[in-house]
Amino acid sequence: MNLMRYGRPAVIAIAVALVLSSCASNEGGASTSTAGAAAETAVAGTINVAGASSQGSAQEAWISAFQTANPDVTINYDPSGSGAGRETFIAGGTDFAGSDSYLSDEELAGTFAACAPDTLAVDLPVYISPIAVIFNVEGVTDLNLDADTLAKIFTGAITTWNDPAIAALNEDATLPATAITAVHRSDDSGTTKNFADYLFQAAPDVWTEKPADPFPYQTGEGAQGTSGVVDAVTNGTGTIGYADASRAGDLGVAKIKVGEEFVEYTAEAAAAVVDGSPLVEGRADNDLAIKLDRLTTDATHYPLVLVSYALVCTEYADAEQGTLVKEYVSYMASEAGQEEAAASAGAAPLSADLQAKVAAVLETVK
Amino acid sequence: MTTAVDRIAIKAKERPGDRIFSTATVVAGSLILAVLAAVALFLFVQSIPAFVAPADAFKGDFTNFWSYVAPLAFGTVWSAFLALLMAVPVAIAVALFISHYAPRKLAQGLGYLIDLLAAVPSVVFGLWGIGVLAPLVQPFYASLVDWFGWFPLFAGPVSGTGRTILTVAIVLAVMVLPIITAICREIFLQTPVLYEEASLALGATRWEMITMAVLPFGRAGIISAAMLGLGRALGETMAVAMVLSPNPQVIFQLLTSQNSNTIAANIALNFPEAHGVGVNILLATGLVLFVITLIVNMIARVIINRRKAFSGAN
Repeated sequence: MNLMRYGRPAVIAIAVALVLSSCASNEGGASTSTAGAAAETAVAGTINVAGASSQGSAQEAWISAFQTANPDVTINYDPSGSGAGRETFIAGGTDFAGSDSYLSDEELAGTFAACAPDTLAVDLPVYISPIAVIFNVEGVTDLNLDADTLAKIFTGAITTWNDPAIAALNEDATLPATAITAVHRSDDSGTTKNFADYLFQAAPDVWTEKPADPFPYQTGEGAQGTSGVVDAVTNGTGTIGYADASRAGDLGVAKIKVGEEFVEYTAEAAAAVVDGSPLVEGRADNDLAIKLDRLTTDATHYPLVLVSYALVCTEYADAEQGTLVKEYVSYMASEAGQEEAAASAGAAPLSADLQAKVAAVLETVK
Repeated sequence: MTTAVDRIAIKAKERPGDRIFSTATVVAGSLILAVLAAVALFLFVQSIPAFVAPADAFKGDFTNFWSYVAPLAFGTVWSAFLALLMAVPVAIAVALFISHYAPRKLAQGLGYLIDLLAAVPSVVFGLWGIGVLAPLVQPFYASLVDWFGWFPLFAGPVSGTGRTILTVAIVLAVMVLPIITAICREIFLQTPVLYEEASLALGATRWEMITMAVLPFGRAGIISAAMLGLGRALGETMAVAMVLSPNPQVIFQLLTSQNSNTIAANIALNFPEAHGVGVNILLATGLVLFVITLIVNMIARVIINRRKAFSGAN
């Protein structure tokens, strides 16, 4: 009984002390540190995020690193897909969104429930993943492809490996007469959309379907998820597919023709093409939506990449929540965050230049 | 007089236990109906927007919901039918072996083993399908297409990975095998010994005894066992989603890369990224699967009732 009598006020006192102290440290953290270094800040609260599943494993790594540095913060990432992520964010259900495509003009014409009245959200690139063209053909270790041939393989116009079009690009290789099994994703995926976007721009005569999340052609073979595609390519004969480069493993990876040379994917080449691409025109100055230069002729660029964004408000209706989001997204786009994503999700780190640009925009987020 | 009869009418004394037990069974009985009704109502209400959805809400070149769901419904029934085609004869043979041929000790062990097969989760069957079965059967499929490609079902081009509807049907057959076997075994064991001994005494061999006494007696049971298996095959999701290479068309060919998807696997593949009316469309396909399963079960009931008269069950 005695315990109860003294216990209750004691609990309340402790709780009040905790709340007050966490508020204080929250404000302190916001004023001293903005960019990078998750370890230095001490913020508290909960961030709910929904969006692209491509960012999923990177988000997991970011969340665990950020929560370790800030034990009072809880972050929930729901990998429900880019479309659903944007819808929820616009409706105010989440604090920011992860999305494989930037906000459309129609979406920007509307209002964002989580943002302060009359303010909009901006697109910040936080995750770059090169897409590798993987293949498993007996006796072939190196494969060169250009966009036209790649598009013809995946639309079913080229059906055997010793097709003249492939042979012309690979004079040194001995190509077998086996049939080509082109493996694509059977579920909706931003990887498919970016792969299709590259072919739609680089081989417009062959690939005529507009890029979208589902695979548009009724040829080839479907497999579930990135691991399903990798599995199908590994276990099949005469197979070719596309997957996040980090998952290519020991499979053969085709070189893609850029300009006059054949380029193999590297993290640097993927970051370079994003760096070399212009921003989408006609948007707010602080919006970093990138119009990927798929037609680049610079052989240090690898144009088959996926860029995923964090969509954040420029000014949050709830300022405290804004500070919290700012801290977390700053960490994601910082050097430490990008290294974390590279190590655990196989992403290509943003270039220092782009990191600085993202940080500069986040500086203004309220 | 009547009042006197009423007065002496025997009424058992109801103990609290009786009342609790009878209430519990009534609640359980009505609960299952309520759950079924709730699921059906949920599916129906959620499906309504899909029925009137415009053409551009569907992925691919579909004009309305029915053209979207038709290939899926076909794929569901087709794969389950192929699975049963393989599973039922094997299951009957295994059950007969256990009930009438095997030595008693072996029969018991075998029975346990088969029951164990039913406990393997479907995702494991899926992994086995893509990791082991598909690469294993692919060369066989290739020669099947080379030699028997003239037969419409085996027309090429052959899949390079073996992830076709035939592989799916094999995986499903393995999955439904334990259910069908277990029920058939129980049915066969219930054949009246008098029948069996009578036919043996008349000079029948063991095989003749089985065809004359055991199988006719168990026919209704075999059908209901097959229908239970069919129910599992129709609704199987994970294994199909993992193994099958899907395509949104009606396709009869067994060995190509393009196969009609099943309803359940299609929901599993598309639900994670579905939003807006897309979710309603997927739920509406779920309603179609619900109806298909109901119809299959009703047909099974009719068959069983009709056959009952000819079996030895009564």
